[in-house]
Amino acid sequence: MKFGVVVFPGSNCDDDAVYALQHNLGQEVVKLWHKDHDLQGCDLIVLPGGFSYGDYLRSGAISRFSPIMNEVIQHAKRGGYVLGICNGFQILCEAELTPGVLLRNNGQKFICRNVHLKAETNNSLLTSGLDLDRAFKIPIAHAEGRYFTDADSLKRLNDNDQVLFRYCDENGTITDAANPNGSLDNIAGICNEGRNVFGMMPHPERAADCALGNTDGKLILEQVLNVLV
Amino acid sequence: MEFIADINIMPMKEILDPQGKAVKLGLHNLGIDQVADVRIGKHITLRLEAADAAEAEGKVKTACEKLLANLIMEEFTFEVRPA
Repeated sequence: MKFGVVVFPGSNCDDDAVYALQHNLGQEVVKLWHKDHDLQGCDLIVLPGGFSYGDYLRSGAISRFSPIMNEVIQHAKRGGYVLGICNGFQILCEAELTPGVLLRNNGQKFICRNVHLKAETNNSLLTSGLDLDRAFKIPIAHAEGRYFTDADSLKRLNDNDQVLFRYCDENGTITDAANPNGSLDNIAGICNEGRNVFGMMPHPERAADCALGNTDGKLILEQVLNVLV
Repeated sequence: MEFIADINIMPMKEILDPQGKAVKLGLHNLGIDQVADVRIGKHITLRLEAADAAEAEGKVKTACEKLLANLIMEEFTFEVRPA
C-alpha cells in the first residue's frame, strides 16, 4: 500500500506520520507538497497535524483551498482513502469531506496529554480489527478539538455508525470527565458516509514506536493494512 | 469602481463561546458586573473592485459563505460602501 502525506505550510506532524508509516508499519510513503497536483498513485492520503497557514481565520480553513486539495477531494469522491489527524481532521471538516466542525476547546486551553479512546465500530477500515472493549491510550495536542455538528447531522452520524472513536476513561467507560475538550457526545473521530474518509483529533502516529513507550497508535494505524489493494 | 466591505462574523448563539465566557469573567473582576453576556467574533474589512454595489455584495457574500465564515458554527453580516 502506498501512502502520501500532504505537507502544508505549517504542518508539523508530517515527519511523525511518515516515520510511523515507513518505520513502524514498513510501508511505502511519499510526501506530497500542497502546491502539487499529483497524488503519485497513493492509495491512502494522510493530512497530518500542525498549524497549516498559522491557523489563520479558522483551523484548516485556508488549507482547504490549497491546490492539492482538489485532487484529495477527487480521490475521496472516487472512494479513495483519506486520513486526517488533528489539523488534518480540521481540514477535512472545512473541505466538507467529513461533517461538522472543530471548535475551540471548552476550557480555552491548548491540551497536550495522553487521553483514552474507545473504538465504536469495526465497520470502517481504520477500526476494522480493533478490540471494541479496550481503551487505547493516544496523545492529543490541540486547542480546537471540540467536535460540533447540528442535531440532524449528529443523528446521521450515530444512525450510520460513523462515529469511530469516543473519549473514555482508562477502563473504557465513556464519561463527561474523560472528555478533554467538550466534544459533542465525546466524539474523537468519525468517518464520512462512504466510510473511506477518516478524521480524528488524537495522534496515533505519536504512539506507534516502542521507543515512545506506547504503541497503541500503531494498533490503530495498522488497521488500514487490512485493505486489499 | 472600488468598494469597501465591513464584515462581522459571530459564533452562533447556541454554541458555547469559551473566549467570551472568560472575558465576561474578566469584566466582572474589573468591577463591571452588570455585563450579562460577552460573545467574541471577527471583524473583516475588504477592498474590492466591482461594477456596482450589487456585484460587490454578491462577491462578498460568496467570500463569506465559502471561506470567511463557517456556517456550521458562525453567522455573518456585512455592509458594502463605495471606497
